[in-house]
Amino acid sequence: MKKTIITVLGKDRVGIIAKVCVYLSNNNINILDIAQTIVDGYFNMMMVVDASAASKDHSMIADELDDIGKELGVQIKAQQEEIFDMMHRL
Amino acid sequence: MISINEVLETNEMIQNMNLDVRTITMGISLLDCVGKDLKGTCDRIYDKITASAKNLVATGQDISKKYGIPIVHKRISVTPIAIVGGSVCKSSADFVEIAKTLDAAANTCGVNFIGGYSALVSKGMTKADELLIRSIPEALSVTGKVCSSVNCGSTKTGINMDAVKLIGEIIRETAELTREEGSIGCAKFVVFCNAPDDNPFMAGAFHGVTEADRVINVGVSGPGVVKAAISSVKGKDFEVLCETIKKTAFKITRVGQLVAKEASERLGVPFGIIDLSLAPTPAVGDSVGEILEEIGLEYAGAPGTTAALAMLNDQVKKGGVMASSYVGGLSGAFIPVSEDQRMIDAVSAGALTLEKLEAMTCVCSVGLDMIAIPGDTKATTISGIIADEMALGMVNQKTTAVRIIPVIGKTVGDTVEFGGLLGYAPIMPVNKFSCDEFINRGGRIPAPIHSFKN
Repeated sequence: MKKTIITVLGKDRVGIIAKVCVYLSNNNINILDIAQTIVDGYFNMMMVVDASAASKDHSMIADELDDIGKELGVQIKAQQEEIFDMMHRL
Repeated sequence: MISINEVLETNEMIQNMNLDVRTITMGISLLDCVGKDLKGTCDRIYDKITASAKNLVATGQDISKKYGIPIVHKRISVTPIAIVGGSVCKSSADFVEIAKTLDAAANTCGVNFIGGYSALVSKGMTKADELLIRSIPEALSVTGKVCSSVNCGSTKTGINMDAVKLIGEIIRETAELTREEGSIGCAKFVVFCNAPDDNPFMAGAFHGVTEADRVINVGVSGPGVVKAAISSVKGKDFEVLCETIKKTAFKITRVGQLVAKEASERLGVPFGIIDLSLAPTPAVGDSVGEILEEIGLEYAGAPGTTAALAMLNDQVKKGGVMASSYVGGLSGAFIPVSEDQRMIDAVSAGALTLEKLEAMTCVCSVGLDMIAIPGDTKATTISGIIADEMALGMVNQKTTAVRIIPVIGKTVGDTVEFGGLLGYAPIMPVNKFSCDEFINRGGRIPAPIHSFKN
């Protein structure tokens, strides 16, 4: 299973996680794990998701999450997990 | 499972430290395109390039989106055209027709440069080699995306001084033909000693005759990431400094390896090499000069610069080699003066001279790169500068190169604007004393004694 990492970065506000989760659910994307942390006063969230049964391809999902991020005033990225594995794991 | 801190670290590098994959370059052999006449050959060249690379740009964009990492350039390199056109080109004008074909193919594929308008003349020139070299000024002035290179020396063969002399004149002529645009034609031409067959970076990329039919080579980058890592160990000793650079280089190169493997699979073209070079851009925070300052120099060019650069590049290689299955290309430090803001500043402050840049090429710098000199510099003086660089490469068994721009109508104190990635450059002073008699001798310099290893 290829996992996708979704990150949200920005100023904290009500409803960020809710909005992202609704989008994921609507597109049949399963959340495997969620972690969050505050760095320098900024809200950082990481979701590990399984998009293998998703109704859209990665490129479209990344674009639509980017748009949702713009609505919320935060930055949302969707990246395939391999880039992090390659960089941080031998 | 990947931790949130690791994810944040990667994205911080991409977001704030200009981490990117600098180029995916597809090498394409044109040896099977040679036909009976020029027209047929040009048609086959166009067809082969556009068929091979039609998905190159789209694939690059797709991979970029998949991993959230910018892939700045998608480029093409081809077999040295002096070899391809040898039988069908009877004049320099014939070679220019092939240059136009390459330019058209590059435009169709959507790549920003195509390299390989080249001749390999490290020992001697064939008639075709000479015709191609003499066509370079026109070829570079009538095309936009074609890059040209000539290899005129190697450790095994010595230096072809006839070619070095001719190239001094060719560089001047190229500068004249493109004088309206700051002599920019010269920015698309590089002269080499020990040119590698698999270099993905422009202007010197060509697809060597030892290569497969098609191949994917990738150039990684990330001066900003290295600089940020070094700033986190301020005041620490060299052991700590070196370990830090090595670890950072490993991470950067792994991203390149990932992208290269994926591009190779998707395009159905074998993966060649990763080129481990720190390639700066004019963007703030993407500078090799800044790294040297962070290591502890007031400006690049200050005493200690050569040692700092030697250490830096060695650590980049040590970290990078383990991160990739195949390393090749230039894998050295690029110090293109006009493309690196802090190098420009160092020149303007009087800290960095042509002679110091030359010294830096002895250890790991790839050459005198994107250096603007006065427009009235003599052809023999340019040849002399080239000969010095070739000698450094020949004796040190490394690649050296010269990409120098005599900016017609400008002199020391002026600056020239090339625009975009090529940046701008202050005109640097050149030693005024003559080397006419030396250059006019002709012939070749024999290979050095330590090249006889059999």
